[in-house]
Amino acid sequence: MRPLKEIFHEADYPDLLVGLEVADDAAVYRINDDVAVIQTTDFFTPIVDDPYAYGAIAAANAMSDVYAMGGQVVLALNIAAFPADMDEAIIRAILRGGAEKVKEAGGVIAGGHTIDDEEPKYGLAVMGIVHPDRIATKGGARPGDVLLLTKPLGVGIITTAFKADAADPAHVEVATQSMMQLNKRAAEAMQGGEFHAATDITGFSLLGHAYEMAEKSGARLRFRFDDLPFHPGAKEYAELLLFPGGANRNKAAYEQHVHFAPYLEYEMQLLLFTPETSGGLLIAMPPGEVEGFLARCAERGQKAWLVGDVVEGAGIEVL
Amino acid sequence: MAKIVDARGLACPQPVILTRDALKETREVITIVDNETARANVTRLAEQTGATVKVEQKEDGIYLHITKEPTAHAEPSPSAAGAPAGGPLVLVIPSEIMGRGDEELGSILIRGFFHTLGEVEPLPDKIIFFNSGVKLVIENSPMLEDLQALVARGVEILACGTCLGHYGLTEQVAVGEVSNMYTIAETMLGAGRVVSL
Repeated sequence: MRPLKEIFHEADYPDLLVGLEVADDAAVYRINDDVAVIQTTDFFTPIVDDPYAYGAIAAANAMSDVYAMGGQVVLALNIAAFPADMDEAIIRAILRGGAEKVKEAGGVIAGGHTIDDEEPKYGLAVMGIVHPDRIATKGGARPGDVLLLTKPLGVGIITTAFKADAADPAHVEVATQSMMQLNKRAAEAMQGGEFHAATDITGFSLLGHAYEMAEKSGARLRFRFDDLPFHPGAKEYAELLLFPGGANRNKAAYEQHVHFAPYLEYEMQLLLFTPETSGGLLIAMPPGEVEGFLARCAERGQKAWLVGDVVEGAGIEVL
Repeated sequence: MAKIVDARGLACPQPVILTRDALKETREVITIVDNETARANVTRLAEQTGATVKVEQKEDGIYLHITKEPTAHAEPSPSAAGAPAGGPLVLVIPSEIMGRGDEELGSILIRGFFHTLGEVEPLPDKIIFFNSGVKLVIENSPMLEDLQALVARGVEILACGTCLGHYGLTEQVAVGEVSNMYTIAETMLGAGRVVSL
């Protein structure tokens, strides 16, 4: 971001509501008093064997940033790289997985760009919209708020265990379904009431993304470990230390800001630093809003867990 | 003869997986890694299995010398079938009192037990506290000094983390290590002898 800030000065772009100075999940640009555009992109290498599921996960993950800003998906473009000799049927399955996911989101894929590359990559550039007064940034959490999470944790360690041939296929199936799930319904449920801050849980792990929220909000986020939902298998693979390298990288980057209760062992601490893919939304809202939010979630078949609260101070606490 | 696992250049969790497999076959393993993450997780794996680790930083990598205590489970001695197997002596403390019946008496007895423990042979290698037993390892425990003296003599004290959480005592642990069921189960099953109060 630093080179960008040297070239683009925020004061020159008054309609850029979120982007340079206050980086968030996606950039937001005001068109008029009623509409702001959300712009984001994400792509990655295959994380599951099934090409259709890979496409769907990459698309859900890319669109998640729009939902984390409280928006709706409008338009998307494919971004892809495939080996020249890759089986056409596999490529078609990946693109179909992505396209059907965008259709489910209510958006449309209107084109894209593919290059030759040794390792396959797929994702989307996504445009969404949101009302300029209803943008969900990371910076609004206030002491007294409660924290809700809309997907269980653990897909990162489960997919790593899978790559090491150490995962139960049933666990992989649950994790895959979770990664394919859009954050659309969670964002809609959030927009139905009052909220203060939101972000989505991806590569920087629960604690990394939570720390960004704490830092930008000028408050301390407090999680209760026993209230955190995990996919089946996640804790088991953590006990077996099947962590991806990214877990320790996140730990090194964020642990100075995190205080753990002494009974939380190395494995469980590291699990909370493990990168997630296409994770759920972490939302801060006033306690009085929880009942309504959970009701709107239930109406939409969306799950949500109360996982902690916001207090005065800085950093993260896990009890 | 130590088995060598060269895990340099391998991404996590491969170093852990290869070391775990090697430890199933032999008690002495040297795992060579080339990054901090692998060092941390392989060391933790060794701790989980009750092994000791010596870290040697060489120019071409980090050498982790892992030595597992001989256990009855891993090294059955065919010549001494049925005899008490070698391996750690593990003492299990499931309650804050000794025996059933009068609680006041039970409380006096367990204090006396730990006081006497330092004076008799053999010394247990490990003591596991669970359920209300964890109330004995916290700050205002009446036998804190005796327990600290045991630790100073090399006795390993493990307290069940779930139990501490249940009684709201996790912040007050004053001696030993907070542990989990994985380690507790493995310690008990890997013991030469388990004595439960």
